[in-house]
Amino acid sequence: MKLAHRMFTPALLALGICAATTATAANITGAGATFPYPAYAKWAEAYKAKTGTSMNYQSIGSGGGIKQIKAKTVDFGASDAPLKAEELEKDGLVQFPTVMGGVVPVVNIEGVKPGEMKLSGTTLADIYLGKIKKWNDPAIAELNKGMKLPDAAITVVNRSDGSGTTFIFTNYLSKVSQEWKDKVGNDKSVAWPAPTGAGGKGNEGVASFVQRIKGAIGYVEYAYAKQNKMAYTLLQNRDGQFVAPEDKTFQAAAAGADWKNAPGFYEILTNEPGKDSWPITGATFILMHKTQANAATAKEVLKFFDWAYKNGDKLALELNYVPMPDEVVALIHAEWKEKLKDSSGKPIW
Amino acid sequence: MHTIPEGQLKRQHLYDLAFRGVTRIFAFLVLTILIGILISLLIGSWPAIKAFGPGFLTSHEWNPVTKQFGALVPIFGTLVTSFIALLIGIPVSFGIAVFLTELSPLWLRRPIGTAIELLAAIPSIIYGMWGLFVFAPIFAEYIQPWMIEHLGPIWIIGPLFRGAPQGIGMLSAGIILAIMVIPFIASVMRDVFEVVPAMLKESAYAVGATTWEVVWNVVLPYTRIGVVGGILLGLGRALGETMAVTFVIGNAHRLGTSLFSPGNSIASALANEFTEADGVLYTSALIELGLILFLITFIVLALSKVLLYQLAKGEGTRT
Repeated sequence: MKLAHRMFTPALLALGICAATTATAANITGAGATFPYPAYAKWAEAYKAKTGTSMNYQSIGSGGGIKQIKAKTVDFGASDAPLKAEELEKDGLVQFPTVMGGVVPVVNIEGVKPGEMKLSGTTLADIYLGKIKKWNDPAIAELNKGMKLPDAAITVVNRSDGSGTTFIFTNYLSKVSQEWKDKVGNDKSVAWPAPTGAGGKGNEGVASFVQRIKGAIGYVEYAYAKQNKMAYTLLQNRDGQFVAPEDKTFQAAAAGADWKNAPGFYEILTNEPGKDSWPITGATFILMHKTQANAATAKEVLKFFDWAYKNGDKLALELNYVPMPDEVVALIHAEWKEKLKDSSGKPIW
Repeated sequence: MHTIPEGQLKRQHLYDLAFRGVTRIFAFLVLTILIGILISLLIGSWPAIKAFGPGFLTSHEWNPVTKQFGALVPIFGTLVTSFIALLIGIPVSFGIAVFLTELSPLWLRRPIGTAIELLAAIPSIIYGMWGLFVFAPIFAEYIQPWMIEHLGPIWIIGPLFRGAPQGIGMLSAGIILAIMVIPFIASVMRDVFEVVPAMLKESAYAVGATTWEVVWNVVLPYTRIGVVGGILLGLGRALGETMAVTFVIGNAHRLGTSLFSPGNSIASALANEFTEADGVLYTSALIELGLILFLITFIVLALSKVLLYQLAKGEGTRT
């Protein structure tokens, strides 16, 4: 008994200390999209070091994030594909964007270096529809005058797992090609129409397939194309300019978007106007309940994202995410004030 | 005579009862879990079963946008890759087991045996990455062109070996699976071959049988149940293997006539799509895929039991 007592006391003491620390520092939890996970994780680490508030984010996928926030098991949900205003209304949710990313077509053609090949939206759609089968197709040659194009078959590579990247990519193709919109559509995974093609799991799966298969074309998040030094293509944007994927062109796309008139920030930044806009850009979103039973926790969540908007830009850029422009952040703050209420109807922010 | 006191006997009886009860609970726990999984799969897949009916099994459509789902492509991919795995895995494992038990010098048995057990311990994701980064490029560069040239023109089996040499696809997945199931099948075969009484084998050798005749006519019939068990263990792994297959199968919802074409298996479809599947029908179609895999495994198991039973029945009549 005495021995047991001696052993238990320190253990109890330790437990007590744990309980004490969790009681003093707030603890917020979120779950959802995998795409922004690295950024959220970095932010959480820095934020905890600064404020002591820990943010626990589980990257279970956008679908899971939406389910969990609807079930109120987490303080916030995260999704790569925004919910439509009607759906937000139905479940009493508020939605706001956090960071942006770009999706970049990458190719593996002998002798073609990063940023050399030019593609237009319709050409890209026709390649993925399987209508353009060879790299020396007149449609591609027309855009790349003077480039030596091989008589090689095109293998299209897509994401095999459901992903926000695919959502943004197919959203773009649906906007530039009526045939794509009718035949395939826009979702996190679709029925890929091209008769030859393979699916890679994750960005790294697509990247490795494209690097391995000669004559392949795929689409990856910008960070992967950059890190793996893949041959990305230039794309013709809505204003007819050929642009390269970089922070500047992603931000141009976000700036060109009409956020003010997008209820619930439902804005997919594909095919945006502006001569510098990269046409396949997308933001990732946070979901919260409009009426918060636990206003204190909700406030902590908002404080975290407020801190991230103000201080997280550098961390996000290091990971090749694009921070939201300041004008958009101002709109987000306004949205918080207007929509998020505690149970008595008082604004939380 | 020393008698055990009544009280002690009673106590021991109680211990016995308790012990039996506890072991029974453990055994029934397995059964309960199995039935529980089956029921939860059924409940989870109910919306898809209601929406698509038996047509789910024969439809090759898989379109998350229009919410049309059919399981033919993943079922086909699962069966084809597992079949390839066994086609390669069984003869090789049999060879390994025969060599280790009958032919190998004693000093070599332990290192080879350990190597096989180590192969079994490698996590499947390592096989997948190795398959994608090492095996697939070599396969595409050297082996597939040879197959296209030499096997492609052959009558009937030719179409299986046509198409672009991409290094990934159903054949690659089957070969990786074969490498993964070989250690399972080989080590079970070796273990059961080892228990064949030396007297039986020596008698056969004594009447002039060759090693092959001894293995085929004495060792195999004696160890039949164990061998089938080993093969089933391998098949079980092949049917349900997820990560390794996902890496190399190409993940395309397409029914290809060529083994070079990318396909999909049930397990890889689940691994790929479950996290981001939203909407009741999509999730439940994926759960129904899981249910189908469960049933396929069950049918395979039942068939092998029937096979063993038939073999045992034939035993008595043979002269």
